[in-house]
Amino acid sequence: MARSVTTRRKMINTALAWGIGLLIFFPILWTILTSFKTEAQAIANPPIFLNFDWTLENYAVVQERSDYMKFLWNSVIIAGGSTILGIIIAVPAAWSMAFVPSKATKDILLWMLSTKMLPAVGVLYPIYLLFVELGLLDSRAGLVIVMMLINLPIIVWMLYTYFKEIPGEILEAARMDGAELKEEILYVLTPMAVPGIASTILLNFILAWNEAFWTLNLTAVDAAPLTAFIASYSSPEGLFYAKLSAASTMAIAPILILGWFSQKQLVRGLTFGAVK
Amino acid sequence: MATQHSRSAARLMMAPAVFLLLVWMLVPLSLTLIFSFKKFLPLRGDQIESGWDWVTFFPSLDWVGFANYSRFVTSSSFWPAVSTTLLIVGGVLIITVCLGILLAILLDQPMWGQGVVRILVIAPFFVMPTVSALVWKNMFLDPNNGLFSHLWRAFGAEPISFLSEAAMPSIILIVSWQWLPFATLILLTAIQSLDSEQLEAAEMDGAPVLKRFWFIVLPHLSRAITIVILIQTIFLLAIFAEIFVTTGGAFGTRTLSYLIFQRVLESQNVGLGSAGGVYAIILANIVALLLMRVVGKNLDA
Repeated sequence: MARSVTTRRKMINTALAWGIGLLIFFPILWTILTSFKTEAQAIANPPIFLNFDWTLENYAVVQERSDYMKFLWNSVIIAGGSTILGIIIAVPAAWSMAFVPSKATKDILLWMLSTKMLPAVGVLYPIYLLFVELGLLDSRAGLVIVMMLINLPIIVWMLYTYFKEIPGEILEAARMDGAELKEEILYVLTPMAVPGIASTILLNFILAWNEAFWTLNLTAVDAAPLTAFIASYSSPEGLFYAKLSAASTMAIAPILILGWFSQKQLVRGLTFGAVK
Repeated sequence: MATQHSRSAARLMMAPAVFLLLVWMLVPLSLTLIFSFKKFLPLRGDQIESGWDWVTFFPSLDWVGFANYSRFVTSSSFWPAVSTTLLIVGGVLIITVCLGILLAILLDQPMWGQGVVRILVIAPFFVMPTVSALVWKNMFLDPNNGLFSHLWRAFGAEPISFLSEAAMPSIILIVSWQWLPFATLILLTAIQSLDSEQLEAAEMDGAPVLKRFWFIVLPHLSRAITIVILIQTIFLLAIFAEIFVTTGGAFGTRTLSYLIFQRVLESQNVGLGSAGGVYAIILANIVALLLMRVVGKNLDA
């Protein structure tokens, strides 16, 4: 008796959760489906769900008309470059804060976090001006630097919470055996820290990929990543739903896939280790 | 444990990150602060020179005292922008936190395909803001061919131009869709750490569902809810692409940060925009201080 009740409850749970899940996912699903339709089918009323003539034409047209690959490449460089640069700078910092903490460590960590909270719009013009002054406007290098700086606090924080979990005794044992600082980092710490570093890279790549304030305001043509490319698709091009969908699908597909791998890290990274 | 040697090495290792963030924070911030006390209209001939001008507080620009600050708050667009900001932040917070709690509880129940459902629910968070704004704007909210309009017609109603006639609800819908996954995911993580024995014991004692929720689940979630509210507030105060792509600040959707953006880059009144920027920074810092206290507490543990 008790068992059948739980099975029934489980069925209700399942139906309800799947229903809500599909509803929330629907806009994405609809975008992906529409990207394979012809323009006429994309705006048909009543809407066509699956029984349309699947075509890849939209993808070809988007690439052909707007050199989609250039924007994709800019996104990869900006997100990838800023993440790698950030990791190189953050690993030593997080390492020292986790293993050689001082009285100031907590304050430094919180201060770093506070720089992340600065509203971008409050420093928009100075950054814009500095970019003009230094010739960085609409350059990938400039965006790599800005993106690295806005994500650096999150990178340091995430690494810090991961490093904190590595037992200190292991390091002490290595030190007893006469390991130098360099060796300690290279052979003892690094292998243990790789999973944490990997998750940090993943999350920050996602955040940088989707960032849409600086990428919209500091790029024009040459360095514009996918966020800016899509923004340029507002009317009239945006009314060509199938093409808009194809462009959108290509822009979000890599991150959706990466994102699904990073669910757990997402919580830790975005709450600065406060929820694990 | 740490020797003198490793201490100084540690400081050295921290130096690049600390230095970069210090520069990143101080340089733009001081520039904003300086500009906010200046008359600076680049389109009307106010120019600054390279080099010395930068370290001598831009002598070519006139100091105007607090004029920009008072003008920013007395301009007719200020209070509407404040109420728009509050409405968006408040509306999205209420929707995402309430639905997030319900969804987290649902997702925590035994079911088939839990992992897949979770992926479906989280997905919107990974969609870049410009894509979600544009897809919603054109494919769902467009008065002619949008899916919502089809739906309206199917029920015999005349579809409206959602993003102009119901601009605020539309924006709140789009932004809530983007942030619901975040709230759900964090609350779900928090719920999963709830001691199930406590719940079972309460169930055996005959505590009804609502009471169990109110006295056990909700108190357990309070910390996570606080964190969700604070973090989302910081991000929501700064939403940009969603408005930039959909309404461009028209139809009563001009938030405080969008107003500052327009002052600075569109009408190029840098002094006025910078004063607005300083207000925004102060506002964000108040929220940030609260967040820091919650997160900081966790550091001691």
